[in-house]
Amino acid sequence: MANMTDGTLPARATDAPKVAFFNDPKTRSLIFQGLALALLVFVIFTAVTNAVTNLRNQNIAGGFGFLDQTAGFGISQTPIPWSESMSYGRAFLIGLLNTLLVAIVGIFFATLLGFVVGVARLSPNWVISKIAYWYVEVIRNLPLLFQILFWYLAVLASMPTPRNSHSLFGLFFANQRGITVPRPIFETGSGSIGIALVIGIVAAFAVRSWAFKRQAATGQQFPVAASMAGLILGLPILAYVVAGMPVSFDYAQQGRFNLTGGMTLIPEFVALTLALVAYTAAFIGEIVRAGIQAVSYGQTEAGRSLGLPEGRILNLVVVPQALRVIIPPLTSQYLNLAKNSSLAVGIGYPDMVSVGGTILNQTGQAIEIIAMWMGCYLTISIVTSIFMNWYNQRIALVER
Amino acid sequence: MTTSFTRSDLLLPLPPPASLVGPWGWARANLFSSPLQALLTLVGGYIAVLAIWTFVDFTVIRAVWTGADRDACLDDKVGRSVGACWPFVWAKFGQFMYGFYPVEERWRVNLTYGAAIALLVPLLIPSVPQKPLNAVLFFGAFPILAFNLLYGGSIINPWLSVGGWLAILGGLALVAGYLMSRVEGPPNVVFLQWGGAAIAVGTLLLLLVRTGLFADPALPIVETRQWGGLLVTLVVATTGIVAALPIGVALALGRRSKMPIIRLLSVAVIELVRGVPLITVLFFATYMLPLFLERSPDAMVRVLVGVSVFSGAYMAETIRGGLQAIPKGQFEGAMALGLNYPRMMSLIVMPQALKLVIPGIVNAFIGLFKDTTLVSIVAIFDLLGGIRAGFTDPQWASPVTLYTGFAFAGIIYFAFCYFMSRYSIFVENRLNTGRRR
Repeated sequence: MANMTDGTLPARATDAPKVAFFNDPKTRSLIFQGLALALLVFVIFTAVTNAVTNLRNQNIAGGFGFLDQTAGFGISQTPIPWSESMSYGRAFLIGLLNTLLVAIVGIFFATLLGFVVGVARLSPNWVISKIAYWYVEVIRNLPLLFQILFWYLAVLASMPTPRNSHSLFGLFFANQRGITVPRPIFETGSGSIGIALVIGIVAAFAVRSWAFKRQAATGQQFPVAASMAGLILGLPILAYVVAGMPVSFDYAQQGRFNLTGGMTLIPEFVALTLALVAYTAAFIGEIVRAGIQAVSYGQTEAGRSLGLPEGRILNLVVVPQALRVIIPPLTSQYLNLAKNSSLAVGIGYPDMVSVGGTILNQTGQAIEIIAMWMGCYLTISIVTSIFMNWYNQRIALVER
Repeated sequence: MTTSFTRSDLLLPLPPPASLVGPWGWARANLFSSPLQALLTLVGGYIAVLAIWTFVDFTVIRAVWTGADRDACLDDKVGRSVGACWPFVWAKFGQFMYGFYPVEERWRVNLTYGAAIALLVPLLIPSVPQKPLNAVLFFGAFPILAFNLLYGGSIINPWLSVGGWLAILGGLALVAGYLMSRVEGPPNVVFLQWGGAAIAVGTLLLLLVRTGLFADPALPIVETRQWGGLLVTLVVATTGIVAALPIGVALALGRRSKMPIIRLLSVAVIELVRGVPLITVLFFATYMLPLFLERSPDAMVRVLVGVSVFSGAYMAETIRGGLQAIPKGQFEGAMALGLNYPRMMSLIVMPQALKLVIPGIVNAFIGLFKDTTLVSIVAIFDLLGGIRAGFTDPQWASPVTLYTGFAFAGIIYFAFCYFMSRYSIFVENRLNTGRRR
């Protein structure tokens, strides 16, 4: 700067221009970073000092010792055994499991519905594409909490009493207390079905890769889809029969006043899942539509000129290319769904935030609870991102 | 002898077959192109008509429009099946819009809305001139005015204190400039004179505030506890987006900085906040912030801090997208002109980057507007919370109250968000000049 202002240029390029120390980019960056660090340390120090004073005034002991204390409250949905005399730590774990449950079920159905919506928006049928368009518009422009409350208060609450349950084939019942489905009873030997399923999946993918390799080498085709379906479905069924049909179902019985037996999904779970699925599917639908539209029509035409049938064009040409565009934003939708499941607290579904909030109110351990929430959500986010990034890399375009 | 015939006049083109043109042709192509499509059309059409009919039937045809209490909306009192119970909404309208804001002070809220519209509408219409002035008024002056009107207190003092602080900060910057110029060459005394004057004026203004000379005229104070309804929704959303812009710009620049510590801090803040749900950030602001401060701030302030940080982190990623879209030549050109970093960013890069991300900012605002509903979980009554509270009033307890409330809230939320998304699409098309034909 100094050299520029007085109009002289350095005699030779090797003569470094003399600049004031604070105009030297290196010194400057050191100063700024030092200041930032000092500010950070100061903020943390003040926060910790205040927190220590405030906690002492409120008689709250820090640390995670409270997790061993007796919780003493009931939880309406418990994937693992629970009683009120168990600890806060286990209550929080149940909350975490409930969060994972609703997130996984939600992601599964939201993906299905989302793809249907995305394809419907591109349908040549005017009615179908308009319905999909307005579905997306209405759902995306209403707050999620509004939708959760709507499903919970307006739809499920208008269900009949258990006495007059809606019933589907006498297997599924819907009433104010939730949805009742047959409960599977696993007897000894039922583990073999699970093992058969795993073997079936592994074998199916092995057959698939073998068939692709053979086709690439010899040109001979193999009925991949049928054999995969056969392996994945057939092996467990075979195991079921061979092991002597160890799984039976406990069907709900319509009693005089109530349903007995079966497995009841609590209304909070049903409302939350429905709202999350409907909401996320609208976003996924738009992502799918954008992904399919991103594949130029020339690709479809090229497929036709190669003589591929329409189904194979979709399967081999369009979808693989669309997936590349779809996967990254789809990942963030999955993460959004997992994070949005925290709205469960609005209707009292016992997820991590809801259970944690109860613990927070009972013990006052705000710092620990919030740290645990954040830790859990960050872990869920990171694990999902890692998995989806791995999948994305697998399907990414390989260039040179 | 052979005769030959050559047509001497041009054969006029035949009209397309009747089955391909007109409404019937359109219907054949778009509705009944195959048996499967015809089935889909019929089933889809049935569902669509049913949905629209249910909505219109409930909100208009079977609705009750006048009444004093629940009797107006009970089937057996009216003698027919009753739809939406609009008298419930009329009766609770003040509560849904203003919460428990005192009735005689509600003109202040309306005046704030009026000022917001007067400043925002010209800002959103591209052809209106004086955008920079307009933006300064909206993002600089309007928040002070809005705070003053909504919360109350002295009318003059807030302006004096904000002006005082700005003058002192500007003065300090000028003095710093003077000190720098001393090291580099001949000291620039003008900087020192102006800087000193600014600091003096600023201090004087702050002292004036202290004396309480301008405590009157004052508006009666309305505590934030009394705020509610759509007012809170709009306050939270607007504060969130106005605060998110500077936070987002700072974090986005920090994330692209070459200084490792700054970059690390920015990345940590952005990813930490984006990795957790808003509700945990709100819990953090509500329960943890008071622990970290000597004095617990107002509940509304805590929520606003949480929302601002949350939307700031998302805004940072939006703005970073815009920054990445600016070609390197722009940075190099600015550097070649001898601009320093603040000037390069504020004069060359940011104006282009921010213009690119306007649709992103509007979308962030839509998201934030919807997310404001979460504040009801930490006991602040926004529109949805207010409507939910209205359900419990025994005077209006009827089977249709719930659905009426949902219909009303849904229409308001949809109207706001739909308008904003249309605007975002409009801006996108306007900016997308490269693709326009």
